[in-house]
Amino acid sequence: MTEYKRPIPTVTPLLEPFFKAAKEHQLVTQQCKDCGTWVQVSLQTDQCPDCWSRNLEWKTLSGKGKVFTYNVFHQPYHPGFRDEVPYNTAVIELDEGVKFLSNIVGCANEEIKVDMPVEVCFEDVNAEVSLPKFKPAG
Amino acid sequence: MSLKDKCAIVGVGYTQQGKLPGRSAMSFFVEAAANAVRDAGLKKEDIDGVLTQSGYNQNVAQFHSMEVSRLLGIAPRYTNQASVGGATCNTLVHQAAMAIEAGLANYVVCIFGDNAATGGARSPQPSVSLDVGYGQFGAAAGYGQAARRHMHLYGTTHDQLGAVATSFRKNAMDNPIATMRKPLTLEEYHNSRWVVEPFHLLDCCLVSDGGAAVVVTSAERAKNLKQTPIYIMGMGQSAPCYVPNDVGGKDPTGAKESGEEAFKMAGITQKDIDLCELYDCFTFTALVTLEDYGFCKKGEGGAFVEGGRLEIGGALPTNTAGGLLSESYMTGMLHIVEGVRQLRGTVEPERQVKDAEIALVSGNGGILASHSTTILRR
Repeated sequence: MTEYKRPIPTVTPLLEPFFKAAKEHQLVTQQCKDCGTWVQVSLQTDQCPDCWSRNLEWKTLSGKGKVFTYNVFHQPYHPGFRDEVPYNTAVIELDEGVKFLSNIVGCANEEIKVDMPVEVCFEDVNAEVSLPKFKPAG
Repeated sequence: MSLKDKCAIVGVGYTQQGKLPGRSAMSFFVEAAANAVRDAGLKKEDIDGVLTQSGYNQNVAQFHSMEVSRLLGIAPRYTNQASVGGATCNTLVHQAAMAIEAGLANYVVCIFGDNAATGGARSPQPSVSLDVGYGQFGAAAGYGQAARRHMHLYGTTHDQLGAVATSFRKNAMDNPIATMRKPLTLEEYHNSRWVVEPFHLLDCCLVSDGGAAVVVTSAERAKNLKQTPIYIMGMGQSAPCYVPNDVGGKDPTGAKESGEEAFKMAGITQKDIDLCELYDCFTFTALVTLEDYGFCKKGEGGAFVEGGRLEIGGALPTNTAGGLLSESYMTGMLHIVEGVRQLRGTVEPERQVKDAEIALVSGNGGILASHSTTILRR
C-alpha cells in the first residue's frame, strides 16, 4: 500500500463522535432533538442554527444520496495532493436532506454527474481516522 | 432618514498594481491613502476618519486601522476596520457616509492594500478541517460548486463564462494600470489550464500587490472641493451567510436584497444604470450578480453576457477597467475608484463611457455569503 500523503483531518473534541462512528464504518451527523433540523458535519457547531436549541444528537444516516454538485481539482493546493490531481470533491445530498462534502470513488471524474445516485463507503486512513467516501449506487 | 445623495466621493487614489516585490502591504495602504487625499485637494489635517479592510496576507496587524492611521500621521476621530470578505470595500464607504451624517467625522478615507502576489502565502490553517482532508481548498472550490449547479439548472455554458473573461479583458486593454492588457480570444480562454473545474485559470481573479483608496465627505463640503463630486445615491447590503456546501441552489445571492435596497434608496431602476463595476472574483460571480440585480431573469445571465453587451460601447458596459479578472485584485476598492473616475469623465478617452451619469458598484464576499451595493451619480 502506498503511503498516505493527504493531510489527515484533526479529530477535534466536537467531531469525536463523527470519527468514532466512521471508524466503525457508520456515517453520522447531528440532528436537533427539538426541531428536527439536520446539521452539516463541516459546520462544527454544538447549537442548532435553526432554533438555537443545544439539544443535538448524533444520528446514523442511510448513507444513500445523490451528487448535489462537484469540482475536479487540477491544481494541487497542498503537497499531499500533488500525486492525486485531477481529483474530485463533491457535495452529497443525503436522502435525509443533509449535505456532506466528500470524494466520489469507484468511477472516473468524467463520469460524475449532478443528481447521480451514490452510496457511502469508507477509507481507513489510520488508527483514529476513517473517511466516508461515496461510490456510484448500484 | 435616507442617506441618498447626502455624501460624495471626492478623492480617489491608487498605486501601481501587479507583482511589486519588496513592499509591505502597509506601504500600499499609506501610498493609496495619500494619493486619494491629494486627489481630493485636502490636507492630512482635514482627514478625521480612517476605515480599512486588511489584506488577505499573513502578518496583518491586529489593530489594523490604527496602525494605518499611525503610519499616515493621522489621529482620527473615527476609525475602524471591517471584514465581510470581498463585500467590504463598499461597506467601508457606507460606514463612512453613516459616520459623516451622524457627525462623527467630516472627511473619511477608506483604504485597501495588499502584497498577496509577492508577499507570501495566506495564513496557514491551525488545524486540518474535515473538508481539507477531502482536498477542498480555496475560494475556487466553493464558487466552482455554485457555478456547476448553475450550469446544471440553467444550461449555462463555458462559452458564456468565457464571454465575461474576454469582455473584461477587452475593457482592460486601454487601462494603463491593468495587469492583463493583451487581447484575449474565447479560444485562448478555453485553452487556459483548468484550476478547479468548472473553472479555467482565466475564470479566476488575479492575485495582486497594490493599494486603492477613496475619500468620502458630506455633499455640502463636497461642493467646494477640487473634484467633481460623485454622489452616493444608493446603498445596500445583504449577507445570506450561506453554508458553503449549500450554495448553488435556486436561492438568490445577496445581490438581490442588497440591490433592491440600493435601487430603492436611489429611487431608480436597472434602466437608469449607465455602467456597472461588479465584483468578479470568478467569471461566474459577475454573471450571477447581473441576474440577481435584475438586469436579466434568473438563469438567463449566460445569454445576457454574450454578444459584447458588457464591453465599453456595449449596452451595459461592465468592469470598464478590467475588474478583478484583468485589472487587479484590490477586493473591490478599484471598482469604486473606476466608477468615480468614469462618472467624473476622467479615464483614458479610449475607454470612457459616453455621457455616463450613474454607476452601480458591487462587492461580494465569502462563498456568495455577503454582498454590498453602491450606486453613484455625478
